[in-house]
Amino acid sequence: MSIQHHPDDELLVSYASGELPEAWSVLVATHTALCTDCRGKVRAAEAVGGALVSDAAPVEMDAGAFEATMARVAAQPDEPAVTPVTTVGVAKPVLPQPLRDYAGGDLNSLKWRRLGHGAYHVPLVTGRGAPTARLIRIPAGRPVPEHGHNGLELTMVLQGSFVDGGTRFGAGDVEIADSDLEHQPMAEPGQDCICLAVTDAPLRFRGAFARMVQPFIGI
Amino acid sequence: MISTLAIPRVSVTPARRDSSRAGRPYHRKRLEVLQNEEPSSQNDKQPDWSAVLCAVAEQDRAAFSALFAHFAPRVKSYMLRLGSDNTHAEELAQEALATVWRKADRYDPSRAAASTWIFTIARNLRIDAFRRRNHPELDPNDPALVPDQPVSADTVVEQKQDAVRIREALAELPEEQREVLKLSFFDDQTHTEISETLGIPLGTVKSRIRLGFGRIRTTLEDEE
Repeated sequence: MSIQHHPDDELLVSYASGELPEAWSVLVATHTALCTDCRGKVRAAEAVGGALVSDAAPVEMDAGAFEATMARVAAQPDEPAVTPVTTVGVAKPVLPQPLRDYAGGDLNSLKWRRLGHGAYHVPLVTGRGAPTARLIRIPAGRPVPEHGHNGLELTMVLQGSFVDGGTRFGAGDVEIADSDLEHQPMAEPGQDCICLAVTDAPLRFRGAFARMVQPFIGI
Repeated sequence: MISTLAIPRVSVTPARRDSSRAGRPYHRKRLEVLQNEEPSSQNDKQPDWSAVLCAVAEQDRAAFSALFAHFAPRVKSYMLRLGSDNTHAEELAQEALATVWRKADRYDPSRAAASTWIFTIARNLRIDAFRRRNHPELDPNDPALVPDQPVSADTVVEQKQDAVRIREALAELPEEQREVLKLSFFDDQTHTEISETLGIPLGTVKSRIRLGFGRIRTTLEDEE
């Protein structure tokens, strides 16, 4: 798989530090499951966190802290054993983890909701409030309803591909679109395009029908 | 920095404690590599925390005691952020170290230095405690995962050298870049909050983070 378009470093660092909101973090984690380059960058950023903790001014623990910690160990639930994965004869999922956890399963178990123009979506629950994440399915060869954003939108391709403004995005690629961009991604022919899209503000749809239903379909 | 921590010589035994590591065939080899390694004499006088953590995975209580004495006060420092009092930070530090003990058998010294792994555990606890949300992560056993490049026996040593280099690179960064990284990783400030704290535009915060992180990564790549 050759991934051409990546989240920027600032987003990866933000994910590693733990301050990136959950919906964005789902996209970064899903991308790193497919992209070994960005996985390496996240590890390097986490190593920066490790270095900062190593260099931190120690704060004395309470008396008896070690014994109290061992008591906590006894109180914590057992870690589930790491089960070796059998890959023989099992179809490889299309959605990598942690996305399957958030979507409630792989592609074949999703409950798609109609979005108009033949497109469907599945909203994903990620904590409370904005930003929001959803899976979007665009029929092969068809456009996503034209839209702009009030904020930032990240779109990661999971299956198929789309073209936007002359640039092609295939599986694993991430498109970064800000509020300046009015764009109309078009799924390439051959296969429905399935994407993970994350926004920090509601989309502004251009079509009259889309504008009309937008308040009701929660996108 | 730490010269005379009373660290018992940790005996790292390659014997498996249970079958839960059956999916990790490289674990045994790693430990042998660690056993044969001479203590690092030049970089610092700290014990080899990766080896100590591998011993913790074998339920070595003395090793855990040493690890605890070093890391718990630093994790507490990390937990003692704005709005968190001593009692809460103490609890979170104990919880983090308890998790280290419980999950030590999942630690892979070819993928991360001990300090990095302990940071990720502390970070996830902190996100849960202060932001009440999860930190989604890839699953290394997921069949849909694109696997890492196979690791060589040298990788464990490289991870430890990287940890040393990152600390050196951090110390050598321009103050303004080190400051934003520290505020982001250690003081748990969003980039918007950092921009308010320092009274600089958000774009400047982002570019300092990119530049600082870029320099650290360059240091690592140059040495390879």
